[in-house]
Amino acid sequence: MGKIFRFHNDVDTDQIIASQYLLFPTIEEMKSHTFESLDPAFPEKVRPGDFVVAGENFGCGSSREQAPSVLKALGVEAVVAKSFARIFYRNAINIGLPVIVCRELYDEVEDGQEMTLDMQAGTVTAGGKAYACTRLPEKMQEILNQGGLIASLNREGE
Amino acid sequence: MGKTVIEKIIGRNMGREVRAGEIVTVNVDWVMVHDIFTPFLAEKFAEMGFEKVWDPDRVVFVYDHMVPASQVDDIRHFRAGDAFAETYGITHVHRSDGICHQLMTEAGYVKPGDVVFGTDSHTTTYGCVGAFSTGVGYTEMASILGTGTLWVKVPETIRVEVEGTLPAGVASKDVILRLLGDLRADGATYQALEFAGSTIEAMSVASRMAMSNMAVECGAKCAVFTPDAKTAAYCGIPLTERETSLAGDPDARYARVIRYRAEELEPVLACPSQVDNIHPVKERLGTPVDQVFIGSCTNGRLEDLQAAARQLKGKKVAPFVKLIVTPASRKVYRDALADGTLAVLAEAGAMITHPGCGLCCGRAGGILSDGERVVATNNRNFLGRMGSSKVEIYLASPATAAATAAAGVISLPEE
Repeated sequence: MGKIFRFHNDVDTDQIIASQYLLFPTIEEMKSHTFESLDPAFPEKVRPGDFVVAGENFGCGSSREQAPSVLKALGVEAVVAKSFARIFYRNAINIGLPVIVCRELYDEVEDGQEMTLDMQAGTVTAGGKAYACTRLPEKMQEILNQGGLIASLNREGE
Repeated sequence: MGKTVIEKIIGRNMGREVRAGEIVTVNVDWVMVHDIFTPFLAEKFAEMGFEKVWDPDRVVFVYDHMVPASQVDDIRHFRAGDAFAETYGITHVHRSDGICHQLMTEAGYVKPGDVVFGTDSHTTTYGCVGAFSTGVGYTEMASILGTGTLWVKVPETIRVEVEGTLPAGVASKDVILRLLGDLRADGATYQALEFAGSTIEAMSVASRMAMSNMAVECGAKCAVFTPDAKTAAYCGIPLTERETSLAGDPDARYARVIRYRAEELEPVLACPSQVDNIHPVKERLGTPVDQVFIGSCTNGRLEDLQAAARQLKGKKVAPFVKLIVTPASRKVYRDALADGTLAVLAEAGAMITHPGCGLCCGRAGGILSDGERVVATNNRNFLGRMGSSKVEIYLASPATAAATAAAGVISLPEE
């Protein structure tokens, strides 16, 4: 069970983490600036297990992998959106942050509402209603299951 | 059944026929890494336990986002890149030659039919010469450096046909902005764009670059142009069937076909703060501006600077307006110096900077503050992109930008 932080359509990577913070040496130093232009208090409010819910095209813009990384570092359990921009989507899987496509959820939930995610069943539940999510391609699910690309590559090498 | 350009490029790479929707592991011809990600790349490469780079001669490092350094910490990124290059035998390191997306084709690396990945979303640019190229994150790049391969889904294709002659004052930038407005910011997500038609054929490679560069702004994985005589001349190769065959077949399967008549297109702006918020310049005439920027991997080439110079010849930049011009590469800078373009711009009052990404990525060289308005030739007008998050960014062609700089208010290019 986690709380929903609801964002709009076309949230770009500059909004997730602005380019001036990419120069900080570690993700830990960057994470307190997550969503700074949209909701400066987000890093303070979000708790491990919470969810980011958004509309279309989440994570559009630059290739910066720090965008999914700061969300993961803040403990975001998963991002559930109507659709994702492709580089963000690949980056998220590669660093082990679940990204879930669910067409209906966004229009029916509010900011601050509680929800649960069942990755195995491929469903999210909010407001007493279960929503079916689109399954990841097998290749991506394997990488995610192993906790990201590094773990996955290290496993292959064994 | 026929094939799209991208099915042909990936099929050639795989040595077998492929279809949109298939997941394949491609062999990588080139990779590009820029300075923003060098420390993170080195860290991930070490964590993955690789002992060598699959082929150091296929790796290009470009320092462009942070050149020249504007903060003392920037140096850490150059040092990390240099140390990695030294350790693994990478010799293609450009320390101040220009913007990565300009150099990858200009310096002779990427050729038609190549498969290329870069740590930057605008890696889509190299489709201008008929290559499949797209952006990846640094963890994925570390994996490519170790293995020389990457899994990709063969994308579906949206074919865009433009026929006829563009009116005076309308540039390829206006064509791609119009397309972004029609497709919207997520209209081509995971898909390829394929450009064709007589208008496209008449364009220079530089004009095509502005379009493939911005393909990512509608979510596209890549954008491809069929190589022709201009491509071959630009790449310094003979034109053979190998290149010309990279054309979409009449019976190929497309997700969608979009057609434009060139004569119906006009100068447009991407208005604050979405790239798909497209309006004709004529609807925004007279809007005062504080700054104009002509440069970037979208529009910092010789023909862009020449288009700006034609608008500014014998004129001065309006009082209180700052005009910043950044050639895309050292070669562009030298060529624009040699043909007198830079002299015209300097005489008009432009500040001409060293080639690099500086202002476009909001790092240096003219960043803006709350309440300021800029007309710029780059590719993103996101909130906070070029300074504070209360800056209004309008994206335009070099001619529109230059005409605006002279007038001090948003203006149409003079014919």
